[in-house]
Amino acid sequence: MSKKQKKMLTRIIIAAVMMIGLNFVPVDGIVRFGLYLVPYLIIGYDILKKAFKGILNRQVFDENFLMAVATLGAIAVAIYENGDYTEAIAVMLFYQIGEFFQSYAVGKSRKNISDLMDIRPDYANIERNGSLEKVDPDEVEIGTVIVVQPGEKVPIDGIVVEGNSSLNTSALTGESLPREVNLGEEVISGCINMTGVLKIQTTKEFGESTVSKILELVENSSSRKSRSEDFISKFAKYYTPAVCYSAVALAVLPPLVRMFGMGLSPDWSIWIYRALTFLVISCPCALVISIPLSFFAGIGGASKEGILVKGSNYLETLSKTKYVVFDKTGTLTQGVFEVNGIHHNKIKNEELLEYAALAESASSHPISKSLQRAYGKELDRSRVSDIKEISGNGVIANVDGHIVAAGNNKLMKHLNISYIDCHSVGTIIHMAIDGTYAGHIVISDVIKPHSKDAITALKQAGVEKTVMLTGDTKKVANQVAGELGIDTVYSELLPGDKVSKVEELLEEKTKRSKLAFVGDGINDAPVLSRADIGIAMGAMGSDAAIEAADVVLMDDDPMKIAKAIKISRKCIRIVYQNIVFALGIKLICLVLGAIGIANMWLAIFADVGVMIIAILNAIRALFVKRL
Amino acid sequence: MKKTYKIEVDCANCANKMEDAAKKTVGVRNAVVNFMTQKMIVEFEDGQEINAVMKKVRENCKKVEDDCEIYL
Repeated sequence: MSKKQKKMLTRIIIAAVMMIGLNFVPVDGIVRFGLYLVPYLIIGYDILKKAFKGILNRQVFDENFLMAVATLGAIAVAIYENGDYTEAIAVMLFYQIGEFFQSYAVGKSRKNISDLMDIRPDYANIERNGSLEKVDPDEVEIGTVIVVQPGEKVPIDGIVVEGNSSLNTSALTGESLPREVNLGEEVISGCINMTGVLKIQTTKEFGESTVSKILELVENSSSRKSRSEDFISKFAKYYTPAVCYSAVALAVLPPLVRMFGMGLSPDWSIWIYRALTFLVISCPCALVISIPLSFFAGIGGASKEGILVKGSNYLETLSKTKYVVFDKTGTLTQGVFEVNGIHHNKIKNEELLEYAALAESASSHPISKSLQRAYGKELDRSRVSDIKEISGNGVIANVDGHIVAAGNNKLMKHLNISYIDCHSVGTIIHMAIDGTYAGHIVISDVIKPHSKDAITALKQAGVEKTVMLTGDTKKVANQVAGELGIDTVYSELLPGDKVSKVEELLEEKTKRSKLAFVGDGINDAPVLSRADIGIAMGAMGSDAAIEAADVVLMDDDPMKIAKAIKISRKCIRIVYQNIVFALGIKLICLVLGAIGIANMWLAIFADVGVMIIAILNAIRALFVKRL
Repeated sequence: MKKTYKIEVDCANCANKMEDAAKKTVGVRNAVVNFMTQKMIVEFEDGQEINAVMKKVRENCKKVEDDCEIYL
C-alpha cells in the first residue's frame, strides 16, 4: 500500500467511526450541524478542494464537482428538512471507499501483471582478470563473452562457447519443459539457466536482443486501443454531462409542472433530492476503469502462455476470427526434411543410407543434410572419391570402390537403370550401386505433432474455414491438407501469389468475420501485414517476425493459435459483460431514482459496488491457463 | 518523432482527460495515455522544440486533472 493509500484508509476509518458514533449523541440544531461537519470534512475535504479548482479551470463535469454538489446538496436538504446528515457523509464515505479500492486493486493487478512479464535481466557477468564482474547489459558489446551461472537469466542473445546446461524458457514461451543447450548452439535472452555454467559470446546488443524486443512490445501493447475502449471514453464524455443536465431538469421541471400545471404543492425538496441522487450515479468510473483493465489482464495472461499480442485492438480482431489461413512449411510442418522411408532395397537400410550419405557428403543441400542426419554417425570423407554432381539430377561417386549413383528418376534414366516408382509423397532418391538398382529413399517434410489437434481445436473454437497456402507441389500439399483436415488448399504458389490469394479470401468473407494468417515470419511478412491479423510463430529470436506480425507465438506449437483465439474471446466476453452490467445497473438506478424508489444510499452502492464487481470481473481475464 | 513519458494519475477517466488535453496542445500530433502502464506516448509535429511542448502538455494536463504528474 502506498503512503497515499494508507492516509486514505485512515481517513475512511476515522470518518466511518465518527459517523456511527454521532448517531448516539443527542444534540440538535447548530451544534449537531457542527459535529456532523467534522467527519464530512475529514472524508471529503480533498474532493471539495478539487471541485473548486476544477471550477477555476472550467472543468465542471468532473466527478469531484459532482460529488461535491451531491453531498453539499444533501446537507442543505437535511438542514431544511430533518437534520439527517448521515446520508451526505455516507455518500462521500462510500465514494472514497470506491476510489480507494480502485486505486488499490488497479495498482495491485498492474503490479501482478507487470511482474508476470518481468523478464528484464538486471546485469551481465563478464570475466575480467579471473573474477566475475557485474555490468549493465546495455554496456556489453557484440562479441563479448559473458558468463551465465545457474539460476541467472541469460541477458543477451548469443552462442554458447563453453559449457552445457538446460534452460527454462517458460517466461518466454509458456513451455515448462526445459531446453538443452550445448556448445555452439544459439541461446536467447530471457531464458533462465538451470543447471550448468554457460559462457556465451553475444551476437547482438542488449537493445536488439529478444528480451528487449519482447519487453518493448508488451509494454506498448495496451497503448493501441481497441474499439471498445474508444467507445467507452467517448461515451464517458457525453454520459456525465447528459446525466447532469437531466438532474437539473429533474430538480426544476416536475415541481414547476406540479405548481402551475396541476395546482399541487411543488415539493421542491423531494425533487432536488432525486436530482442529487442522479449526480451520484453520473460518475463513469466503473466503465472507464474496467475496460482497459480487462484488456491489460487479457494481454498479460496471454503473454504468460507465450502468446504476445501487440495491442488491445488485435485482441478484439482475434476474437472475431472466422478464417484461418496457414502457410505450410514451418507452420504446420517442421520445415525440416527427414528420411521417411526406405523401399525396395536389396541391402540393409543402414547400409543404403550410409552409401547415400557418403555420396552426398560434399553437398550442402538440405536433402543431403537430412541424409547425413538420418545416418547419424560421423562420415569418413576419405572413403569417397570422384564425386560428380549432375545438376538437377543427383550425384555419382566412388564409395569404398563401388560406383554409387544417388538422384532422381532422371539420373536413373540417364544411366539406363530401371527403377521402381514410389507411391509416397516427398522427394525420392533412387540409388544404384555398381550399375544395379538398390532401392530408393523417401525424404519429406514432417507434420508437427500437434498440427492435426490444432486444426480440430480451431474448428471447435468456431473457426469456419481453414486454408493452407504453399509453394510446394500439389501432391504434397493435398496429402498434408488431407491428413490434417484442412478445408481448402492452394499449392504451387509463388510468394507474391500468397498475397493475392489472401486478398481473394478477404473479399470472399463477410465483413464481420476476420481473417488470420499464420506464418513462420520468414518470407511472409507482406502476407502477415495484409491479413486482418497476422500471427507469426516460432518467433524466438526472429526479429523480422516480431516486427511484421500482430500476434507473436513464442514457440512453434500450432495449438497456441486456438488458445490465442480462446483467450481473446474470453477477454472480449468480459469486456462486454462489464459494459452491459455497469450501464444496465446505472440506467436502472437512474430510473428508480427519478421515480423516487432509489435513494442516495442505493445510488452510491450502485456506483461503488458496480465498480468493484467490474474490476474483479476484469481480473478474470488474466486466468487463461485452462482455456 | 515519438517519445514516451512516465506519468502518475489515479483514475482511468482522468487518464482519458489527460490524453485529450495533450492531443489539443499545439505542437502535438498525437498522444496516447496508457493508464495501465502509467505512460504517455507523445508524437510531436516536425520541427517542434520538444521540451517546450512537453511543458505546455503538462500545464494543460494539470488544468484538467490537478492530481496528475508527467515526469519530463
